[in-house]
Amino acid sequence: MTDGPTNFIETPFVRRKRRAESLAKWVFLAMSFAMVVPLLLILGFLVARAWPALSLDFLLDPPVRGMRAGGIWPALLGTIYLVVISLAVAAPIGILAAVYLNEYARDNWFNRLINLAVINLAGVPSIVHALFGLGAFVLAAGIGKSILAASLTLAVMTLPVIIASTREALASVPRSFREACWNVGATRWQTIRAVVLPNSISGILTGVILQVSRAAGETAPIMFTGALFFKAVDRGDLFAYGLLEQCMALSMHLYVIATQVPGVPEAVPYATAVVLLGAVLLVNATAIAVRVYMRSRKKW
Amino acid sequence: MSAPVKYSIQTRDLNLWYGDFQALKNVTVDIRHGLITSLIGPSGCGKTTLLRCFNRVNERYGYVTTKGEIRLLGKNIYDPDVSLIELRRAVGMVFQRPNPLPISVYENVVFGLRIHTPRRQLGRGVLDAAVEKALTEVGLWTDLKDRLKQRATELQLEQQQKLCIARLLPLKPDIILMDEPCSALDVEGTRAIEELMFELKGRYTIVIVTHNMAQARRASDECIFMLLGELIERRRTEDLFLNPGDSRTAEYIEGRYG
Repeated sequence: MTDGPTNFIETPFVRRKRRAESLAKWVFLAMSFAMVVPLLLILGFLVARAWPALSLDFLLDPPVRGMRAGGIWPALLGTIYLVVISLAVAAPIGILAAVYLNEYARDNWFNRLINLAVINLAGVPSIVHALFGLGAFVLAAGIGKSILAASLTLAVMTLPVIIASTREALASVPRSFREACWNVGATRWQTIRAVVLPNSISGILTGVILQVSRAAGETAPIMFTGALFFKAVDRGDLFAYGLLEQCMALSMHLYVIATQVPGVPEAVPYATAVVLLGAVLLVNATAIAVRVYMRSRKKW
Repeated sequence: MSAPVKYSIQTRDLNLWYGDFQALKNVTVDIRHGLITSLIGPSGCGKTTLLRCFNRVNERYGYVTTKGEIRLLGKNIYDPDVSLIELRRAVGMVFQRPNPLPISVYENVVFGLRIHTPRRQLGRGVLDAAVEKALTEVGLWTDLKDRLKQRATELQLEQQQKLCIARLLPLKPDIILMDEPCSALDVEGTRAIEELMFELKGRYTIVIVTHNMAQARRASDECIFMLLGELIERRRTEDLFLNPGDSRTAEYIEGRYG
């Protein structure tokens, strides 16, 4: 034992350690804050520059006079088509694959191979996905440059991330829940239906919704496979595109008016960027709202 | 004539709430210096909660409120000048499942020293001596002296638990708290830990929470029986088991409930 009672009073050494501790805390806090600053700066800068061009008409009007005036309706609509179709393809495949990998697959070489493939697919640059889409969907499958081919390309791109996030959501369901189910004689599928999916659905949906923003923002994969420079569309026409036609898209449109068309008023590309960013933030906010709502019903 | 009785831990009207639930009710108890004291009682009686009060780890959870007084070695540990760091250095804790860090045996033992000592005071010689001393004290030295570089998580559970005790010793703690230290161990491991407790007795005040009445009877000098957050009685172990002062204690040790 110590020679005399220390009375647990701080020694100078401990005081120094505590100073380092509070310093560390401030540094961490500052770094977290530093993440917020660029976002606010970007948003502020964009909105300030875009302000003169922003209006409801800007959203609903087609571009006119060689895209130097008017709005962005065809691009906005095209992006919605692409994102919805790509998710309609990628979400079911991704979620079901993740369920297999997490709930059924045993640890053997085949499943490790699948895992490896998923991880590597997630790391492939989007321009490579674009070339794959061009080769596989546009040329080999004979779909041609179209919304369908572009959506499939986006689906391939988002698939591995959906699989990864879904697996994470499934893995967060406590093992004891599954054991409780198995021990009353439930099959794996009954267990998944009754216990695993209801308790992981918020995480799964969040992961899927976050991929919307990625699909909406990418330019390269759609540039070769279905995005169009310009197409005449009526104001606010919701059914302007067929599945096998090419379409305009926000990300592509932004690239075009910012770099390819001379004489575009400065506010227009900024306004386009604001719309793209706004759409992404809206979707992310939805994801957060879904998660908060579902979490609040989950009691463990 | 025996020396006057010394107490390492004294609580006065200690109350503790988890949110609205009161887990400790007016606990007033003295725990003797240098002896082994066991805390017994059925699940949920507050024995682990009480144990965790003694190094103030309960407070890590924001919803815990404590009232009352705890004196360790005569000092109220809720005094504003008490440093949690110094308190926890002086009051070590051993958990149910051995929790060695996933580093070498050697580094596990000197982990606390490295944290609590300026680097220039920690020569190789100081560290080596501390490791040998601590491992000898817990009876691991002969087994492990040639395997100090081995990962601690690869040891047998019993050795891991002894190592977790050895990890506390270089910091020269006054009090060692043990929260069911044998519940993950087999008969041999349990015996080894109990023998170790006897070895350490005298130099350290040991407080052990146990579910195992036979263990409390075998391995402790004094026994504290708790029920539903209240302290029912504290006696010398053989007195408690032979002549319990309270009918609730008697029924518990007879196994009528619990």
